[in-house]
Amino acid sequence: MTKTNYNIQKIRSDFPILSRKVYDKPLVYFDNAATTQKPRCVIDRVKEIYTLKNSNIHRGVHYLSSQLTEEHENARGTTREFIHAEHSHEIIFTGGTTDSINLVAYSFGEKYVHEGDEIIISEMEHHANIVPWQMLCEKKNAKLQIIPMNEQGELQLEEYKKLISEKTRLVAVTQTSNTLGTINDVKRIIDIAHQQDVPVLVDGAQSIQHTKVDVQEMDCDFFVFSGHKIYGPTGIGVLYGKEKWLSEMPPYRTGGEMIRNVSFDKTTFNELPFKFEAGTPNYTGVVGLEEALKYISQIGLDQINAHEKNLLQYANKKFNDIEGFTTYGTSSNKISVISFLLKDIHHYDIGMVLDKMGIAIRTGHHCTEPTIRHFNIEGTARASLALYNTTEEVHKLYEALLKVQKMFG
Amino acid sequence: MMTLEKKQNEIIEEFDLFDDWMDKYNYLIELSKDLPEMDPENKTEENLIEGCQSKVWLHAEMKDGKLIFQADSDAIITKGIIALLVNVLSGRTPQEIVDADLYFIDRIGLKENLSPTRSNGLLAMLNKIKAYALAYRSKQ
Repeated sequence: MTKTNYNIQKIRSDFPILSRKVYDKPLVYFDNAATTQKPRCVIDRVKEIYTLKNSNIHRGVHYLSSQLTEEHENARGTTREFIHAEHSHEIIFTGGTTDSINLVAYSFGEKYVHEGDEIIISEMEHHANIVPWQMLCEKKNAKLQIIPMNEQGELQLEEYKKLISEKTRLVAVTQTSNTLGTINDVKRIIDIAHQQDVPVLVDGAQSIQHTKVDVQEMDCDFFVFSGHKIYGPTGIGVLYGKEKWLSEMPPYRTGGEMIRNVSFDKTTFNELPFKFEAGTPNYTGVVGLEEALKYISQIGLDQINAHEKNLLQYANKKFNDIEGFTTYGTSSNKISVISFLLKDIHHYDIGMVLDKMGIAIRTGHHCTEPTIRHFNIEGTARASLALYNTTEEVHKLYEALLKVQKMFG
Repeated sequence: MMTLEKKQNEIIEEFDLFDDWMDKYNYLIELSKDLPEMDPENKTEENLIEGCQSKVWLHAEMKDGKLIFQADSDAIITKGIIALLVNVLSGRTPQEIVDADLYFIDRIGLKENLSPTRSNGLLAMLNKIKAYALAYRSKQ
């Protein structure tokens, strides 16, 4: 294992919830792919807004409103910097990853997708990156094409190349699978698409908290992620889009703030990014997200990545010793997500018993039914590890799994 | 046959013996093993209960005015839970089942599993049992 000067105890103490108990046992939180816990700085920042700064932003003439508007727009700048977008107005705040994808499916689809066209997604997508495209295709009489994956849970890029044609209007793929942990070579996927002038949306819901993202280097056309999966508040998400697309796309939802002039004859729309941000913005979510991004930057994504790799290595070594343990998603390039089954034991039984031992994991299809079906199973138990997890906790899970085996054996 | 009340009290007493959840689960595992095997032809799509993470089949038929339940699940703890329900309710009249106040669920600590969003579908199982009872009552 690589040695790092990662101060795990300090990091753990930043997260108040980690010191609580469940069923009188110390909480071991391994459900981070579903949502991450919040550091105190994020909680405090949101609390500060409601305690001292609350005011509706953008159009107010008074002190509180202009102060908070400035904070909100600074947060946009911080987000731009975090993913290295070229312009702040390419950062659209949304309700989350799902909301961001729906926005693109609607607005991009409205303008660019027509009968007979094709959209390409992959076999390992979360339902949030399947259903909006399915609906769009239904509406427009377009076709959905699927990049298949192999037994390791890796996308077959040779097959992908064959799918791209003059009919393709968009490729939407996840950077990292929430069920298998696979890190996809999105750079290559984008390069291949761009050779045919096809834009690419990258779902970053499971990558943003683990790896450094540079949207300009990646050259993706859209990048989406959620605040709550990167230690920020729930209900806030980001859509990054290249200006050339966003400026051409029609608005998704309409209402306040996103308009320039309204008369009963005609409405003209505001400029980017406000064109896509109808209604009162989730300003507490936005500044809370900013605080989370700053927190992550302070620790450093390289450090986090190294720590999580160590955890994954340790877990793989431990768990592979367990007889009848099968991992789903065995790519050599993956994040710290372990989807597994124990021979002859239902994933739900595993989850129920671990829960009572204070270990929080997730069971089922993880909103990726096609991925699960690929392996001819009903679901998996999934442990997803984050920056504050420890090898001791992984060891606890190992011992707990042995107990589970004994119970159901 | 034991009254519904007596049967429930018996289960409550049984569960009172256990100190922690592991023992309760072990008991449910035992119950799952004792549940009579379901006739394979009754494991139909129709008898499958929606809303559970694990598969649960529940079949009902009327014999001499009493409802007889058969059940199975691919998850053991879930099977133990449905076994409990079958033990308590199988062999009773539809009217008795419709009227049943199943206080034992709360008393043995299963109530936390009863909210509609809980994935084990205990609520879905109960609804299915009550639906069978209502349907058979109206046939009588």
